[in-house]
Amino acid sequence: MDPSQILGAQFGGEGPLGWIFQVIFTLLFIVMIFYGQRIQMYVMIREIQGSLIRLRFIRDKGVKTAIDTIKEIGKPETDPTERVYQFLEYVTILPQSMDPAGIVWKLEHILDIREDRFKDEVRLMAPSADETNVNNLENTLEAAAALNIIYKVIRHFYILGKKTLSLYIIMQIQMLLPLIMREAEAYSSALKAFSYGQPIGDGAGPLVAAKLMHGRRKKKIEKDCVVAKVPLEGRTTYVIKAEGPGGNVGKPGEAIKRVIEETDGKVATIIMIDAALKLEGEKPGEVAEGVGAAIGGPGTEQYKIEESILKYKIPIHAVIIKEDIGDAVSPMRKEIFDAAEVAIDRVKRLIREKTKEGDVVIIAGIGNSIGVGQ
Amino acid sequence: MDEEEKPVRRLSSIVLIIIVVVLALSASALYQAIDLYLKQDVASGYYLLIGFLGLAFSIYMLLQTRRRMRRFALKTTPVTTTITCQKCDFKNLREFERGDFILKEAGSCTKCDGTMLISAIYRELKEKVKEERF
Repeated sequence: MDPSQILGAQFGGEGPLGWIFQVIFTLLFIVMIFYGQRIQMYVMIREIQGSLIRLRFIRDKGVKTAIDTIKEIGKPETDPTERVYQFLEYVTILPQSMDPAGIVWKLEHILDIREDRFKDEVRLMAPSADETNVNNLENTLEAAAALNIIYKVIRHFYILGKKTLSLYIIMQIQMLLPLIMREAEAYSSALKAFSYGQPIGDGAGPLVAAKLMHGRRKKKIEKDCVVAKVPLEGRTTYVIKAEGPGGNVGKPGEAIKRVIEETDGKVATIIMIDAALKLEGEKPGEVAEGVGAAIGGPGTEQYKIEESILKYKIPIHAVIIKEDIGDAVSPMRKEIFDAAEVAIDRVKRLIREKTKEGDVVIIAGIGNSIGVGQ
Repeated sequence: MDEEEKPVRRLSSIVLIIIVVVLALSASALYQAIDLYLKQDVASGYYLLIGFLGLAFSIYMLLQTRRRMRRFALKTTPVTTTITCQKCDFKNLREFERGDFILKEAGSCTKCDGTMLISAIYRELKEKVKEERF
């Protein structure tokens, strides 16, 4: 009995159907031996293609939202579409780091120029927008630009993978896709929040500061930051946050440095409140404590804070509110909003435990102040 | 604001042909299985197995494609603004409007004429509560 007869017997032996199955199985076997990896690659390419279609949809929708918001708020005389597309392509060339001495200041300078340029562009695109809306529109466009770059990078690897048929190029992008898609979806909801001026998860720190300084006299300090002198638990606290309700993070490092210098370094402790990325399995809105400068971003502000506290040997404490990347840039979740009260209790407890009555304390709420007044 | 937009995405014709072919083969395998069972042939079991496997595969493929097409929409959760009276604690909840921000004064209270303040802006996610093992 030859193998075909054995196989045929397995599926009824006689009749055309048995032969059809026999041929299908034999062909499948041969195809899998020679083209198994290639088939796997095509499956991956198709998966990337599907995600790329979705990314393009998210990007296009984001850009449309940005253009519509500019038209609605800024009331431009000419169509801003072309200018928006130019904005999406802006690049920031980071300073050379071969000789790293002084790179913090070089980076800060470049970032300042970038921010000023972005704001100027927004003012040109939306002449009727006030300062709050200029900040919100700038954030909206930055989110659209982030979506654009994600789409273009994935498209680059997709085309490169198809051209070279290299399994490793395709595989690395396919493996990272779930995380990239999560990030793109997060930026998409961020864009919506920025265009409406809604508070976002990252605003948890400024929210805590706003609640503490509400009803007190505020003073503008450094770039886009406000400070208020608030008596708390028998101590004098300087509460700092980025000026809201426009979308900006300010320069809290510079503001903290200024307050330290104004008080001749006589600060008993600094407490920083910020949103921090949670690990999977942790609940959003969980509050945790620690030490160190709780601040993200490019690192220039953290550097300034660390320099100042080192000079005067000031202890620094951190209160963090946990959330994932999606929550951080999406409209604020109720759990995160409620966590602000828990964070305030922790701040008060820290003040009682770590300082004496009459001491000076700095409290800094770090994050984007969009949708959060003071 | 509570919108859901769907882009146009059609089912790939190749996938559709594969599904139809597998469905036809499964149906004929099931028919053959019944035929052989009536003749009391042991091979009917194999046909039955193949028929059901093919049927399950094609239904799964169809459902997967439908699921993917459904996931292709961007969902937005409604954002709520809470306005609280500073004097009598009267609360008013409404959908977020452009221009709202936390700690913004929002007119006077309808009950006591006190100052109303936007005390909260948040979105409430109604997630299915799953019991996590870890």
